Order: sequence, then structure tokens, then C-alpha cells
Amino acid sequence: MHPAFSVIFFTVASGAGFGLFSLLFVADVFRLGGGFSRDELVFGGLLAMALVVFGLLSSAFHLANPKNAWRAFTRFRTSWLSREGVFAVLFMPLALTYLGAIAFDAPVGIRVVSGFLVAVLAWITVFSTGMIYACLKTIRQWNTPLVPANYLAFGYASGSLLLLLGAVVARLDVVPYLAMAALILSVAAVLKAIYFFWIRNPGLAPTLKTATGFTRAGVKLLDVGHTHGTFLTQEFGFQVARRRAGALRVAVFVFGFIIPGLMLVLVYERGSDWAAFVAAVSGLLGAAAERWLFFAEARHVVNLYHGAARC
Amino acid sequence: MRLGLVIDLDVCVGCHACAVACKEWNASGTIGPLADYQPYGAEPSGVWLNRIRHYEVDTYPNNKTINFPMSCMHCEDADCVTVCPTGASYKRPEDGIVLIDQDKCMGCNYCAWACPYGARELDRASGTMKKCTLCIDRIYDTELPVEERQPACVLTCPAHARMFGDFDDPESAVSRTVRERGGYPLMPELNYNPTNQYLPPRRKPVVPVAGDKPTGLRATLKKFANRLVRR
Repeated sequence: MHPAFSVIFFTVASGAGFGLFSLLFVADVFRLGGGFSRDELVFGGLLAMALVVFGLLSSAFHLANPKNAWRAFTRFRTSWLSREGVFAVLFMPLALTYLGAIAFDAPVGIRVVSGFLVAVLAWITVFSTGMIYACLKTIRQWNTPLVPANYLAFGYASGSLLLLLGAVVARLDVVPYLAMAALILSVAAVLKAIYFFWIRNPGLAPTLKTATGFTRAGVKLLDVGHTHGTFLTQEFGFQVARRRAGALRVAVFVFGFIIPGLMLVLVYERGSDWAAFVAAVSGLLGAAAERWLFFAEARHVVNLYHGAARC
Repeated sequence: MRLGLVIDLDVCVGCHACAVACKEWNASGTIGPLADYQPYGAEPSGVWLNRIRHYEVDTYPNNKTINFPMSCMHCEDADCVTVCPTGASYKRPEDGIVLIDQDKCMGCNYCAWACPYGARELDRASGTMKKCTLCIDRIYDTELPVEERQPACVLTCPAHARMFGDFDDPESAVSRTVRERGGYPLMPELNYNPTNQYLPPRRKPVVPVAGDKPTGLRATLKKFANRLVRR
């Protein structure tokens, strides 16, 4: 699949925003490390919302006909893309309610209930983002429950690193934030490793034989029938070299998990503030590399008709 | 009604006339115009609703060239319709034709991702998705003579490799042909239940081909040696 940068930026930014907001709620409820002040919580929440909004806006850039984008909210009952849009928009007023409850010292019940609902809605939205890809039977690398799991894990991992940066800046006790980030990063790394392992095996995917129906003898492509490329070759023909994919997988783990992990140790041992910043930036870079690879490694079954023996 | 096409892979000669007729009709039909990119340039490309690919099945001397036209299969369980977020893609309940409302499409490409048959192509000029309409603006046109109320690709095919009809009627020409010739759908394992069916090539005796016989002193010696060994 052709990796569109607007979609990569969108999923990484909005995932981090939803993750940050959910974990901010956790930090608020349990007063982790002494607890953020009221202003800090509101600022962090607005920052998370800004990430989500920028992500949503950038996603509109890959549309060929954006003037009809508002219609994307109408097929909520069948389309995961529509669901994602509806949940992301529903998230906004609820998130503002929660931040308002913090800012104006509302009763703790309102604060906790609205915060919990926002965290659940954030989870549902990121799950829907993953399901956009996971529900496609045409791309075996995507048609697995590991995809929404990875989207959630990377969202929470980026969010936890951003929250740690916030805790360092706010001069809180960083130990609970370090523990949370370390745990989420470990889970995300394991899930991603399982994903990479899983897509190595082609499994029961369609082949050129079932695609053409000639299952009793060998089939090979003689001619694709078009002079230059088509929409299909541009959109689905993208192929990443195996060596490059291998290097990028290493980059995903180095930037996404190893560097942030080492930085967590530095923050714990030395109390160095810059390490938290490096961890957050590196984590987001790792997530972007992961998202690029997620698209680049996906092989649509229409490639079978253009001569691929398997996808 | 469940309208669709039958494509006879035994007689298709791969002339691309169906694709050209399709482009000609639909460029000015309900789904048109169909954009061309650099039609006379170095990298000619464009939107086509019907594409023909060419394959070789089996190996010499049993091989056969198969010309393989593909357009929208008008699937019973069309994921392209389910995934569409705007409601632009829809399947008509009365005849099963899958269509795109050009006024609602936002050009997100999601339906093309969901289609395993490559039936949907984005038109960069209009920013909307285009696909086969089964010539809906021909088949119901009462101004046309009855025999011309068929898709442009079917009418134009010089080899009569394409048939159009109702698959819900077990006695329609398409249903009978599919039954008699063992017609099959493509990629049935994905469970899209495509309406269009493909007829496999008929079984034909293998034409014996005289091989090149080696000549010369060495071949003659070998021949004698083989005879001796066989004895």
C-alpha cells in the first residue's frame, strides 16, 4: 500500500493525543507523584485535544474531494471510518466537560465520571482507527486483531512518554510515571513483535490461482494490459525492499522502545530532564516509522492480478 | 433481480474492445467523464472501468493463453458498500447493481481498498471514485430497441465472450450457461459472493507437435547404442 504521510501523521498524532488524555485522567484520579495542579491538568488536556484536532485536520488532506467530508459521519452503522469520525467528534465536548470540571472545581463525582467516559471514548476511537484497517479482508497483513491492539498500544505508549515529560516539567515525583511508561512500552513492544512475527506467514490468503480460478495448473502473468501505471498500481503497487523493511523494523524498536527505555533509566538514575524530552521525541519518531512500515508492508490482493504469486 | 455478466474465457480473444466500448459509453454516461492523464504523453494513464489482463495457464504443450477481462463483480456481500463512510456507495436492492453517488463521494479510496477485484478507480479530475454501472443508462432505456438494452461491453464483444442477464432466474441464459459450462466466481474464499461468473476454457485434445529430431553421426551412434541397451 502507498504510505500517505497525511494518514501517518494523523494516526500518530491523534493516537498520542487520545493516549495522553486517557493517562492524564489516570494521573488525576490517583494523584500520581503528588498530582498535577489544576492549571497543569487543563493545559495537558488541551494539548492532547490539539494533537487530536491537528491529526483529524491532516487526515482530510488525503481526501480527493474534501467538500463532501462532512458526509463521513453518516454511515455510522456500517463503516469503521465513519465510526472513528463520530467518536472523535463526540470526544471533544466530553473532554471539555472534564477539563471544565477540573478548572471550575466541580464536585468530584462529575469530574471522575466525565473523565472515565472520556478515557473510554478515547479507547473506542483509537480502536475504531485500528478497525478501519483490520476489517479489510483484502489485505492479510491488516486483517488481524493485532492491528487495533497495536494502534492502542502505540497511542498509550506515546501518551505515557508525553505525560512523563509533563511530570518532569511540573517537578512531580516521576517514579509512578516512569513505572507506567515502562509497563506500557513493554506491552507495546511485545505486541509489535508478535505482529511482525504473525505477518511473516502467508496463511490461507488468496493466490493467483484462486484469483483467476485456474486452480488445477500453474498460472503466470503474460501482460498486465495497461501501458503505464493505473490507479491500482499507484495505490496498491507500492513495495518496500526487504532489506529496507528490515532496517525500518530495527528503527521501530530502537526509536520506539529501546531509546525511550534507556531514557527512562536516565530519568530515574540521574533525574535528567532532557532525557524525558528525548524519550518523548524518540517515541513519536518510532511510532511514525511503525506507521509507515504498516502501510508499506501491506499487500493488497489486487496485486495478484498484476502477477504477484502471493500477497 | 440479480443482474451481472458471464465472461467466457474459452472464446475471449483479448482484443480490449469491451474496455474501449465501456470507456466510450461511460465517458459521457451517468458516471462520466472518465479522466485521462497524459493521453498522448510519455506516461499515458486514465480511469477505466473494465481492464483486460493476459495469463498463461499450465506448461507446454498443454499451455493456453487466457485473456481475462475484469470489471465490477456486483458482489452480493459487497464490502466496498459496507465500508463507505459517506453512503456514496450503494447496492440497489431491486437489481443488485453496485453504484457510486458522485455527489456524495469524498474520494477517500477506502472502497477501493475493500475491493479485491480492482474494480474501483479514483478519478483525479473529479476527486471521486468511478466504477462499472453495468451501463444502467442503457439497460433500462426504453428508447433503445430491446436487443440493445445491454451493457456496451456485451454488445461490442466480437467473439461473443460476454453475456448479460439475471442470475436470480434459474432459466435465464446466463444461469443456464453457468450451470452447463461450470462457471465460477473469482476469489470465492473472501466471501464477497460476486455476481459475475467466469466460464473456464473447454477441454480440447492436445495438438501433437513434431519435435526437433537430432541428426548427425553422434545421434546415429546414440540411436544404435540405445537399441543395444534395450535388448
